[in-house]
Amino acid sequence: MIEFTFWDIVRNLLLAARWTVLLSLAAFVGGALVGLIVLFFRIAENKWSRRIASGYIALFQGTPLLMQLFLMFFGLPMLGLRIEPWTAAVLGLTFFASAYLAEIWRSGVDALPRGQWDAGASLGLHRLQELRLVILPQAFSITRAPIVGFLVQLIKSTALTSIIGFEELVRTSNAINNATFEPFKVYGLVALIFFVMCFPLTQYARTLEQRAAAH
Amino acid sequence: MAFGWLAGALGDIARGALTTILLIVVTTLVGTLLSILGAAGRRNGPVVVKRAIAVYVEVMRNTPFLVQLFFIFFGLPSLGIRLDPILAAMLAMTLNMAAYTIEIVGAGLDAVPGGQTEAALSLGLRPRQVFIKIVLPQALKVIYPALTSQIVIMMLESAVVSQIAVRELTYEADMLQARTFRSFETYFVVTLVYLALSMALRRGLVTGGRRVLGAGVS
Repeated sequence: MIEFTFWDIVRNLLLAARWTVLLSLAAFVGGALVGLIVLFFRIAENKWSRRIASGYIALFQGTPLLMQLFLMFFGLPMLGLRIEPWTAAVLGLTFFASAYLAEIWRSGVDALPRGQWDAGASLGLHRLQELRLVILPQAFSITRAPIVGFLVQLIKSTALTSIIGFEELVRTSNAINNATFEPFKVYGLVALIFFVMCFPLTQYARTLEQRAAAH
Repeated sequence: MAFGWLAGALGDIARGALTTILLIVVTTLVGTLLSILGAAGRRNGPVVVKRAIAVYVEVMRNTPFLVQLFFIFFGLPSLGIRLDPILAAMLAMTLNMAAYTIEIVGAGLDAVPGGQTEAALSLGLRPRQVFIKIVLPQALKVIYPALTSQIVIMMLESAVVSQIAVRELTYEADMLQARTFRSFETYFVVTLVYLALSMALRRGLVTGGRRVLGAGVS
């Protein structure tokens, strides 16, 4: 049996936490890009485009993330794509995030007064310019608090990728626990690392919310 | 893609789905009760209780459910508390959900105008009666939509408890795909079952809420 000192455990967990951070960032950036496309469909003038986007969002919000990851992991190889746990993890979380981000931004767009669209149109802007110059900047700015809140959810969700074999914090902790038989200490430390990552963001979201409420 | 295995698997899927429903029913009932106590304690309790509840809420909300589950199932036995997988799952789900619903219920309590309490007290009701009969029903009505969303989210999150071998829907799917080697098809079907469950749960809660709490619940 390998002897693990307390600091060995902490060091290994912190090394693994890098992958949790990297995966969260990749999924957030990817999710924002795909989410922007979904948003365009969701607020388009064409009725069918709006319906398809609503269906996409409802699908991801109405099924467990774990199932989405499994479908990614087992489904893509059927299309002839070789897939590793990290590709399935990044893609799965990207699509998951895109649905939530698109829906949050959509609520921001809906919250803007009708006059903003009219004002844009009366200035002679066409729809794309209107979105880029008038609507989206405001929609992004008023939804900053829920977006940060979702980032916290996304960081916590990366834990599920351990189940499809991605070597992040939780998977590493399972391995360490199997070697040391100290679940209380190991999972306690894992919880602490997640807390240190998430708590500042939660506080930041709260500050943004209060600032928005004060206006 | 092949779905020939499906006919023989319906029983397993139904059994798994029933366990998932059982989990969410227990979690909803106990979790809501806990969160009413928690939200009331956070507003009217002694300072120590207020602090403890605030810490509890922050810790649960800022750590992944999967880690909480492992901590409870694998960690507690080293303190001498050994739980059945299904009990550990119920405990973890309830504690997790309560952390979110304490905030939700609290927001509802804050939304009830203070005049309601004063009016009830001046009619001679005792403080406890005021809370249970006057403030709480109004608060629940305000927060019901948020509570509904949280229950659906928790139901979807319960897929994770398959990892400690609770025989719910995801666990049955894992077993099925190991037997049939039809991983994608199995998870595809089970994902649809989850989708149907979450839609039915949401609709059922909205209809039930209208009936119990009266009109105006969406």
